Amino acid sequence: MSSRRYGPLHGIWAVANRELIKWYKVPFIIGISLVQPVLWLALFGKAMNLGNLFTSSSLQIPGLDLPSQVIDELGRDIMLRVFGVTDYFSFLAAGMLSFIVLFMSMNSGMSLIWDRRLGVLNKLLTTPVPRSNLVIGKSVASVIKSLAQASVVLLVAVLLGMRFRAGLSALDFLGTYLALSLLSMGLSSLFLLLALRSTSWESQMMIMNLVNMPLLFTSNSFYPLQMMPWWLRDVAVFNPITYSNEAIRGLLLGVPGVNLYLDFAYLAAFAALFTGLLALMARRMLSR
Amino acid sequence: MYGRLVAVDHVDLDVGEGEVFALLGPNGAGKTTTVGMLTTLLRPTEGTAIVGGYDVVREPDMVRRVIGVVPQEYTADEDLSGWENLMFMASLYGIPRDEARRRAAELLEMVELSRFARVKVESYSGGMRRRLELAMGLINSPRILFLDEPTLGLDVQTRAAIWSYIRRLKDEYGMTILFTTHYMEEADLYATRIAIMDRGRIVKVGTPRELKDSIGGDVVTLNVDSMAAAKEVLRSAGIDAREYDGSLVFKLRDASTALPEILRALMGSGIQVRRMEVSEPTMDEVYLEYTGRRLRDAQASSEEAFALRATLRRARS
Repeated sequence: MSSRRYGPLHGIWAVANRELIKWYKVPFIIGISLVQPVLWLALFGKAMNLGNLFTSSSLQIPGLDLPSQVIDELGRDIMLRVFGVTDYFSFLAAGMLSFIVLFMSMNSGMSLIWDRRLGVLNKLLTTPVPRSNLVIGKSVASVIKSLAQASVVLLVAVLLGMRFRAGLSALDFLGTYLALSLLSMGLSSLFLLLALRSTSWESQMMIMNLVNMPLLFTSNSFYPLQMMPWWLRDVAVFNPITYSNEAIRGLLLGVPGVNLYLDFAYLAAFAALFTGLLALMARRMLSR
Repeated sequence: MYGRLVAVDHVDLDVGEGEVFALLGPNGAGKTTTVGMLTTLLRPTEGTAIVGGYDVVREPDMVRRVIGVVPQEYTADEDLSGWENLMFMASLYGIPRDEARRRAAELLEMVELSRFARVKVESYSGGMRRRLELAMGLINSPRILFLDEPTLGLDVQTRAAIWSYIRRLKDEYGMTILFTTHYMEEADLYATRIAIMDRGRIVKVGTPRELKDSIGGDVVTLNVDSMAAAKEVLRSAGIDAREYDGSLVFKLRDASTALPEILRALMGSGIQVRRMEVSEPTMDEVYLEYTGRRLRDAQASSEEAFALRATLRRARS
């Protein structure tokens, strides 16, 4: 028994698998967590139709009798310049993918807090799973959940009329999932980090509520960077959500001027930093 | 460890292979902290311990491989079934799937939960949960099993049942068991040796028999016609008897064989013994002797208190 060898990744999948079993056993909760992004998509995305503002039906300049074609052309040009696509809905839908990932990943710390409060953590700590892997497993589960939820949001967006760029390939989707995975890994690890020592799920909830909106609105989820006032832009360039949005919009929508190398490098660094920090701190802080 | 409070102060213990060793003491005596250190949950600030041949400070990973732990709390995941919980534990130990399945089935059979294997733990009773915890603690065939208050919050019948399982598991797998309890009779009945803990220190170690003998043997009460003469005879036999409530009371080592001798001596001196009573000292008396009190409530951290309440609530559901 004691001669059994354990690799450096030992236990990660075991821990993740437990979280996943618990998750897919309750389809109700999976449904609930989809409500918000889908509402954003259906209500905000469809009603806030910026593209329509710049068409001949809504734009008329008194005294100037421009042909509707010209106005439509002008509108499309404005949209392309600002959003990189002609329809705002697709722009927003791409942003919603990071949105759902943020919402799912934030929950990663909660299960750790409950494990600690119920004494489960103490039991886990007596097994030969490296301390760091006990929490990284939870991060991994959180990533998988996030990707599954993001897939549903993507599907709903397509049904509601999201349009991809011409010449879309499977590689673009792969890149999208990679960007979302990195974002989720970083965010999940960050929130687990906050929960490492905590026994209070109330304070964790407070933190989650406190940071979700700021994180969302200081990113380019709703509007592009160049529309922001300078002070907001200065904040947004640090927000990892900005980079995943940009990468995804570049890949799926063909928004021009996207630097994929920078986006993926930033996301990878973000994920590596917080996963590394989590592993390091878990070794020190997980046991009392 | 807990701020500046020293929960366990230089405990010195030696438990042999195959023993069933009890740590006896009230809440807050430091039993759980001691087990915490032995199971690598807590790092001792000073000193060390060797468990299964490995140092808990320097080789905690090796220790974790050879021990099984059944904590005070119910640690099974309520959202999963008993079977899923066992498979989860098996995967934490890296046990291959086939072996894990075989072992899980065997353990569930042993604790008579096979029928409920696929049922969510949520709906288990307190006794069932304890049995599942036992099975979970044994999934890796540990050489040493730690049981922290294995019967906490259970009723008398269920407690007896849990102990019959523990004994059966012990017979079957022949491991060393260390358990903590604050039930005197549990330590008395099931332990081969007992360490009495109080305020973070071990005040006495021995077999139940030794402990009882150590407080001076059995308690003998004699009702005689002449107190003074009887006392004299007893004194010449090296026994210091007290008068108490019209009777002579004294402690006697191994009374069942020593008493006839004394009676003969008394009767030889013409003293009539009208009534006699021999009672074995209980662990309660032993405990009282060494700690100076019976049960003492100690302050626990809010975290512990929460876990304890949760455990009790679930034990009673």
